Amino acid sequence: MFKTLERIWAIAKKDIRIYYLKGPVMIFGLLIPLSLYLAYALGRSLEPEEAFSSIISMSLFFTATAVGPVIAPWETRSHTLERLISAPVSMAIIIAGDALASAAFGSAITLIATSFGLLVGLQIFNPILMALNLLISSLCFSFFGLLLSSPPTDIPADVMMISTLLKFPMAFISGIFLPLNQMPEPLKHVALLSPLTYTTEVFRHSVYGEATFLPVQVELLILTGYMLFFIAASIKLHERSLPRRI
Amino acid sequence: MIDSDAMAAIEAIDLYKRFGDLVAVDGVSFKVDSGEVFGFLGPNGAGKTTTLRMLTGILPPDRGRAVVLGLDVWENPIRVRERIGIVPEASNVYIDLTVWQNMMLMAELYGVPRDVRASRARSLLEAMGLLKRKDEKAKRLSKGLRQRLLICMALIHEPELLFLDEPTTGLDVQSAREIRDMLRRMNREEGVTIFLTTHNMWEAEELCHRVAVINHGKIAAISGVEELKNTVSRLHTIEARFEETVDPSGFSEALGCDVAVLGGGRYRVQVEDVDEAIRRIVDYARERNLRILGLNVVQPSLEDVFLEILKR
Repeated sequence: MFKTLERIWAIAKKDIRIYYLKGPVMIFGLLIPLSLYLAYALGRSLEPEEAFSSIISMSLFFTATAVGPVIAPWETRSHTLERLISAPVSMAIIIAGDALASAAFGSAITLIATSFGLLVGLQIFNPILMALNLLISSLCFSFFGLLLSSPPTDIPADVMMISTLLKFPMAFISGIFLPLNQMPEPLKHVALLSPLTYTTEVFRHSVYGEATFLPVQVELLILTGYMLFFIAASIKLHERSLPRRI
Repeated sequence: MIDSDAMAAIEAIDLYKRFGDLVAVDGVSFKVDSGEVFGFLGPNGAGKTTTLRMLTGILPPDRGRAVVLGLDVWENPIRVRERIGIVPEASNVYIDLTVWQNMMLMAELYGVPRDVRASRARSLLEAMGLLKRKDEKAKRLSKGLRQRLLICMALIHEPELLFLDEPTTGLDVQSAREIRDMLRRMNREEGVTIFLTTHNMWEAEELCHRVAVINHGKIAAISGVEELKNTVSRLHTIEARFEETVDPSGFSEALGCDVAVLGGGRYRVQVEDVDEAIRRIVDYARERNLRILGLNVVQPSLEDVFLEILKR
């Protein structure tokens, strides 16, 4: 067990060094919450704290899925995937390491955005619930991002295109701009299919104490279910596509 | 645990792999003994790398199985890879990591104990002339140095068996020679079994105890290097040099075969039985009181043998 955790951590550390600790990636991460705030609040005379839960939901979603999907095609192209898979690691360990790095990046950016929120006077209703939501959602979105990179391509742009095609519609239907309680009925049904909806709902509840559409425990459970599904699906699909990558 | 020959480090049993319509490996079977340096030769696209990938658990075979160090590779891929080292074909080190970070990454993945990681990495890098550059990013290394780093990375956990896929292809003469010297040393001094794919015949001849030739996915020949040469090319060339010129027809009659006159007192004959021919030459010289200045048996090179096998 310890060996497995050490291997996951080794891969995460490698990803952080190679893919995340880069000037442009860090700047992108930091600009995401700022640009989302401007897009969300500009011209709507909103106080920063009013937009807070929506901004951190989207920041977490976009940052946790930003880099993870390009790792597999990039390492396929540079043949480092073969080097990695030649070591005593399974695809599950590789995916877990990639997801851990991705979740750490998303969480770090979200925590920075939260710190700014606290600086402008934001009060958090339930910090423990917020931390729990951050943990589950960051892992859920990281594995979702890795699931998108399972097609056996060595061209990062291919994966980015698929990723963009899915991520933007998800952001619009997930109760970020319009809380689930105020959504028209047909859209509400669609929104309930997106994991981002539950992240946003639980953040709203943990920050403002707002009532959630479903009981908060149920929403966390659904989010955990999505996370487990993305873990299983991403490992399975990456295992299946591996022979065509090397 | 597989009940296999205790001496066999590798056992390939009827390995078969197809990519679409192309049969890359077609029923390949062989054994590699513990402590052996085994060369796997073949032209490009013959199935060398695919076989190596199946033996190391990177690619699943469509049929057959591989037993490495007594373990079925597909039943125990992690346990097998913990005990073997792999040097893939491409120089695929992480170019954005430093030399040291590459070494530490492998040490962590292979579960090398913390207290010996640094000392092992240091001694390997030192042996390969990379210690002074340990803090440089791998992207700044030449191809030859990256290949050396790749070998260091494959050795960090002190494997019992080392797989190398064309380790010296594209390297300069000095780098290639140093890598060959290191492999030879590892085999002799530490008893590491080595499985080497190459299309460099000279390298195979220099390093390997036994070789297999694969062509169109099938094993075309498998034997010790010398035996393979003897099997394939039965005629050996002997060059004799005398102090004085001799009568070619008389010499030919004494040997029982044709003699080619090369000039300068040199004569060339082609024979099947080298021992018998040398005895006759010596007798011929003794009877005529001739001084023999030189007697060379020129064997066919492995390259000649390889080309002959591919022609079949």
